[in-house]
Amino acid sequence: MHLQYQVEGGNFTKAGLASSDLKRVLKLLNVDPKIIKRIVVALYEAEVNIVAHAWKGAIYIEIETEKINVLLVDEGPGIPDIEMAMQQGFSTASAVVREMGFGAGMGLPNIKNNSDELKIHSEVGVGTIVEFTINLNNEQ
Amino acid sequence: MNNKEQTKFIHALHIREDLCIGCSHCMNVCPTEAIRVKNGKSVLYDDRCVDCGECFRVCPVNAIIINHDDFSRIYDYTQRIALLPAVFTGQFPEELERRMIYSALLELGFTHVYEVEKSTDLLKHSIEAELNKNTITRPLISSFCPAIIRLIQVKFPALVDNIIRLKPPLDISAHYVRNQLIKRGTPAEEIGIFYVTPCAAKIAAIKDPVGETGSPIAGVINMDFLYNKVFRLVKQNNFVSCALPVPEEMSQMQTCWSLTGGESQHLPGRCLAIDEIHNVIEILEKIENDEISELDYLELRACDESCAGGVLTTANRFLTAEKLRNHTSKTGETSSKAHPESIGNAMNADGFESIALALDAIGPRSIIKLDENMGEAMKKMEKVNRIMQLLPMVDCGICGAPSCQALARDIVQSDATIKQCIFIQKILEQRGELSLEEGVEIMQKVWGYGKTNKYRDIKGY
Repeated sequence: MHLQYQVEGGNFTKAGLASSDLKRVLKLLNVDPKIIKRIVVALYEAEVNIVAHAWKGAIYIEIETEKINVLLVDEGPGIPDIEMAMQQGFSTASAVVREMGFGAGMGLPNIKNNSDELKIHSEVGVGTIVEFTINLNNEQ
Repeated sequence: MNNKEQTKFIHALHIREDLCIGCSHCMNVCPTEAIRVKNGKSVLYDDRCVDCGECFRVCPVNAIIINHDDFSRIYDYTQRIALLPAVFTGQFPEELERRMIYSALLELGFTHVYEVEKSTDLLKHSIEAELNKNTITRPLISSFCPAIIRLIQVKFPALVDNIIRLKPPLDISAHYVRNQLIKRGTPAEEIGIFYVTPCAAKIAAIKDPVGETGSPIAGVINMDFLYNKVFRLVKQNNFVSCALPVPEEMSQMQTCWSLTGGESQHLPGRCLAIDEIHNVIEILEKIENDEISELDYLELRACDESCAGGVLTTANRFLTAEKLRNHTSKTGETSSKAHPESIGNAMNADGFESIALALDAIGPRSIIKLDENMGEAMKKMEKVNRIMQLLPMVDCGICGAPSCQALARDIVQSDATIKQCIFIQKILEQRGELSLEEGVEIMQKVWGYGKTNKYRDIKGY
């Protein structure tokens, strides 16, 4: 099953719409609530990343009975040092974004902690591709 | 056993078919979409209902009833205890003294009166202890409101483990009263504890407990029923003396525990108090997404103004809340002493050690899933999505379901047909695929014969 969402950079009022909708779908599909939580938390972080840093982006979700695959493609500044971005507490978010309660530097590590597989590809000045997979059957 | 999802549920709310006019008001306000209209009558889906009572509030013909126990049942016992929530006294006019109300209760046949919230001091300490434990499950959610517990079970199954594993004040007090009387030598079978309820959810919680094996409460009396009985007696007689052993007056915290903020303002950490079921759903969505961090405790109540707004209360909820808040601030330290024969104040008594405060684990019972099997659920979901594209998305309710989404789901679950949609019906008629007679028949299957025949039988207007 395929789902697709568009994300608008800088529009925090709409951050989280994709993760809320995906949650609704996963509940309908009788996915284990604990796994739903991991998926929703990971997607929410990734979604907010696009809103906070990129100009625009798209989310492509593929749901199978064994696993869920989430692909986020954005057009934005890119991540110069992915390893550093993966560290807990590292953030390049602006002061304005931080004031809104976002940008605590938990984004990428949180996605990693909640997913079974995570791939990040980024090109400075072009954009970032984040892809993660979460298994639906076995609990981690 | 705890993880096994139940299949049978006892509800306090019932729709009287003989009175129901199938107006669909209840269907439109139900927060869990548990009502449909079929054959001109509202039908309640047992597995979806959380006993919040929103339907009861809006029914224009009082066809929705809340079943309570027959009052004469109190005489099955020699010791007849009225277990009163603070909002009960809050129903009466200011000039009516507490002792007058209690005298009327004695006159009506009760031998003792005990206030539910007397157990809140003990409960508060236990909640504090839970909050001080370094568990990762946060926020903890209050177990106070049974409608909220059921709402979480059916709509937010991922959050059942957040519900604090402590009994609500009602259960603690009932156990306490029972223990006290047994200690005084009363045989257990002679003790009849009757709870005076402000809502339907508490009845369901007593008759069909969640997280407990049984209830020490013998029966439930609806608050509006007892209010009438007491008020009439007080009006007819002018009580000057009170023969009933009056219990000690309640503290500010106890009196206001069942009001909004009653728990949260006394607890440590970051606590949030939210009332009214739609507001609660909104916050639970956020909690489920992990959008709110560092929140310690959630006090959630299904009714606006919490128990002061219970569906079985008579007085205006804002005035009740104001009265309870003012009353205690006025009396403050000059609280009357307990009569020696009264059951006494829970806090100072030693009867509590023997009461287990712990609640068992509460299992989920999701109503949202389309199928147990995920592959099947995916097929059904794709079908729902295809149907949704055909429906007008106006949520008019003429099909007998509360929304286009609900109709689409009902169709996929073989509980409705797409022809029930009036928009689709018209197109089918235009294409010649459905006769006018068939269309009328479908309408009558949903709304009954009376409504469709009105225009036909009356000539002109």
